Amino acid sequence: MIRKQFGLAGLARSALVAAGVLAAAATAPAAAETTLKVVVHADLKILDPVWTTAFISNRHGLLIYDTLFGLNSKLEPKPQMVDTYTVSDDKLVYTFTLRPGLKFHDGKPVTSADVIASWQRWGKRDPMGQRLGSFTSSLEAVDDKTFRLTLKERYGLVLDTLGKSTGNLFIMPERVAKTDHMQQIKEYVGSGPFIFEQSEWRPGNKVVYRKNPDYVPRSDATDAMAGAKIAKVDRVEWLYIPDHNTSLSALQSGEIDYFEAPPLDFIPILERNRRIKVIDIEPLGRQGILRPNFLYPPFNHPKARQALLYMVKQEDYMRAVVGNPKLYKKFCGAIFLCGSSNETAIGSEPLATQDFEKAKQLMKEAGYNGEKIVVLQPTDRAQYNAMTMVTIQNLRKAGLNVDVQAMDWGTVLSRRANKGNPYESGYHLFHTTHGGPNTANPVSNTWFNSRCERANPGWACDMELDKLVEDWSRETDPAKQKALIDKIQARAYETVPYVPIGQYTQPVAVRSNIEGVLVTNVPVYWNIEKK
Amino acid sequence: MWAYVIRRVLAIIPVMATVAVVVFLILHLNPDDPAAIIAGDDASTAHIENIRRQLGLDRPVYVQFFDWVLRLIGGDLGASIFLDRPVLQLILERVEPTLALAISTTIFSVCLALPLGVLAAWKAGTWIDQTIMALAVLAFSFPVFLIGYGLVQGLALELDLLPVQGFVSLSEDPVEFLAHLVMPTIALGLVYTALLARMTRSTVLEILNEDYIRTARAKGLANGRVLIIHALKNAAVPIVTTIGVGIALLIGGVVVTESVFAIPGIGRLTIDAVLHRDYPVIQGVILTVSGFYVLINLVIDLTYTVLDPRIRY
Repeated sequence: MIRKQFGLAGLARSALVAAGVLAAAATAPAAAETTLKVVVHADLKILDPVWTTAFISNRHGLLIYDTLFGLNSKLEPKPQMVDTYTVSDDKLVYTFTLRPGLKFHDGKPVTSADVIASWQRWGKRDPMGQRLGSFTSSLEAVDDKTFRLTLKERYGLVLDTLGKSTGNLFIMPERVAKTDHMQQIKEYVGSGPFIFEQSEWRPGNKVVYRKNPDYVPRSDATDAMAGAKIAKVDRVEWLYIPDHNTSLSALQSGEIDYFEAPPLDFIPILERNRRIKVIDIEPLGRQGILRPNFLYPPFNHPKARQALLYMVKQEDYMRAVVGNPKLYKKFCGAIFLCGSSNETAIGSEPLATQDFEKAKQLMKEAGYNGEKIVVLQPTDRAQYNAMTMVTIQNLRKAGLNVDVQAMDWGTVLSRRANKGNPYESGYHLFHTTHGGPNTANPVSNTWFNSRCERANPGWACDMELDKLVEDWSRETDPAKQKALIDKIQARAYETVPYVPIGQYTQPVAVRSNIEGVLVTNVPVYWNIEKK
Repeated sequence: MWAYVIRRVLAIIPVMATVAVVVFLILHLNPDDPAAIIAGDDASTAHIENIRRQLGLDRPVYVQFFDWVLRLIGGDLGASIFLDRPVLQLILERVEPTLALAISTTIFSVCLALPLGVLAAWKAGTWIDQTIMALAVLAFSFPVFLIGYGLVQGLALELDLLPVQGFVSLSEDPVEFLAHLVMPTIALGLVYTALLARMTRSTVLEILNEDYIRTARAKGLANGRVLIIHALKNAAVPIVTTIGVGIALLIGGVVVTESVFAIPGIGRLTIDAVLHRDYPVIQGVILTVSGFYVLINLVIDLTYTVLDPRIRY
């Protein structure tokens, strides 16, 4: 209890404690259990991180499951559960051996059979896993600890796929991983550094994880998602507090230790408090995007989508969404994020210069004739709402007839997945965000996927762009990969699967006695100490 | 009397049936799609369609309706789409915080409002009456969330007397249970206190002008006896009605207070289910709360017979 002893409950508690002191005096006190209390960005509802793409479920997975590879701070995939691996000269055969001492939370050892079953289930759901699957000839166990992947043809992203930081290949016991990929798993046994306490799970309120005493971390130093994962607190409690003001007060009073996603306008208040630290854990940051619907006019025409590029001035968006210039880039024309190995400015000139006259001209060439443009505005998501407000203003300045449809985020999610006519059940434009290493990679960047019907809502459609992405994924020579990235981005600025409206970071806020928060792009809770 | 009670209990069935049909139709005839929410922010269309099929949300509405009704007749409120847990279990898990808050708020409000209302009536037209009524208007005017944030700032952050948020079960720690209830009770209770105080004042004032009160005073009865035995007792029926309806409203209407103080009660469950389009949970909560309303009304009606022997069913 953080409150001072003169607090109402503190007084009563003191009296009770005083009464019990003599009786307890003979008993030596056990070491105090350390609990890290975290306010998370969403309520954990789905416990199967393979079945859903919800971020909160993925973060649950990172705590209780382990992965074969993990990305280090340079975003290079490094072995995690894997001890050693070899790649054949023709780069078609990968042989992996698991680290000794890996055990599931039920005490059973992790074997190749567990890995293969987990891989197969994940490979049916995850887009990057599916792509790797299309290159796979066989995946088989050599022995209990060794397994072999044989490819049909060379694929440059094998290790990146196995080590990616969201949509991970989490290793589950074979009996769990045999669950049909369309069904959710019912048993939550991992081999990660924390154990899920299902009996203490209170949906809508609290999720509890206990330190895994049997976890054997790697011997090499912790480096982002790679290296040793050492649980330094006994318990992690995730609290779901939907009201941000309450979360802020709870952090200020010391009732919580870690505020995962404080609203960006709270950052100056938090920075002024000496008992709170604001930490940027996203070196790559996140990207706001404006997504056009490819299915209906005018945005089924590339010129209309190009017109959107001329309407955008990223700094205007970032001022409205973020405010604090320390947290955003004034301009970033790289679709795969500034600061990533795939950063390039090629093709981004239209985005760099706001020109409403040019936008008007392109809209005209696309056949636009004053029809209503339906824009989805999520009023309950501050960042998305601010982006949408700037877009509405820009569309009007470019002479478009805007039909703003205000709704809650749940309705936006439903509506944006609807392929119907924009004037009935569909839409023309909406905003969303994504970020981290997955955005930096053309294959794992799901909003960049331009496979028409198989793309995310908005259904970006450009098979030529997809072909370039496929060529890039096959390539193993870094120089050739770089040349292909330039081609991909140049093409993307012609066909515009989405418009990047700015790059910014979402810091976390912690109490000043919290040490060891890792810069990993996604919040993880190993390595954190409470001093 | 018993025949009346049985009739009233049976009357719950058509009420609940009507609520069930209306709620189901309102929820299912709009274009919202829980599958799109459950699939996550980065889900592809194929992924969303798979989930929709798996949850049976692609079936015609009438098929889903009859499926739900059949389960309901068997006493099964269904399972949450998101949590895959029985709705009844979710509701039961949330009952304690909401009930505790409703009861503590009612006790707080009644203890404060009745004396203030009677005092205001007794001192009608004086500065005491005007001060009490002015405070009541003030309490009405402040939104619950504003009172809540004010209390958090003052009592929790500045004075460090109480916890900012959360709920602790009575069985877990009685002291913490009470400590966590103080601020939500005050925040929620002030509006209710104002309502009850005004109601008490006007009812008692009306009674104080009755002939039998004048007679009692003429006979030389002490003011206190006139007020408590003759006036307040006769004013009890409308006051009890207000208290009873208030409890029912508190059960169904604590969303803001539960959100501000992060109390995992029925209100939070409802708003969360609405935001996620968790249809079975929304339906289950509305059905349960409407059943509770009907029962509370029955209890209020039966209380009348105790308070006023002239009332018989």
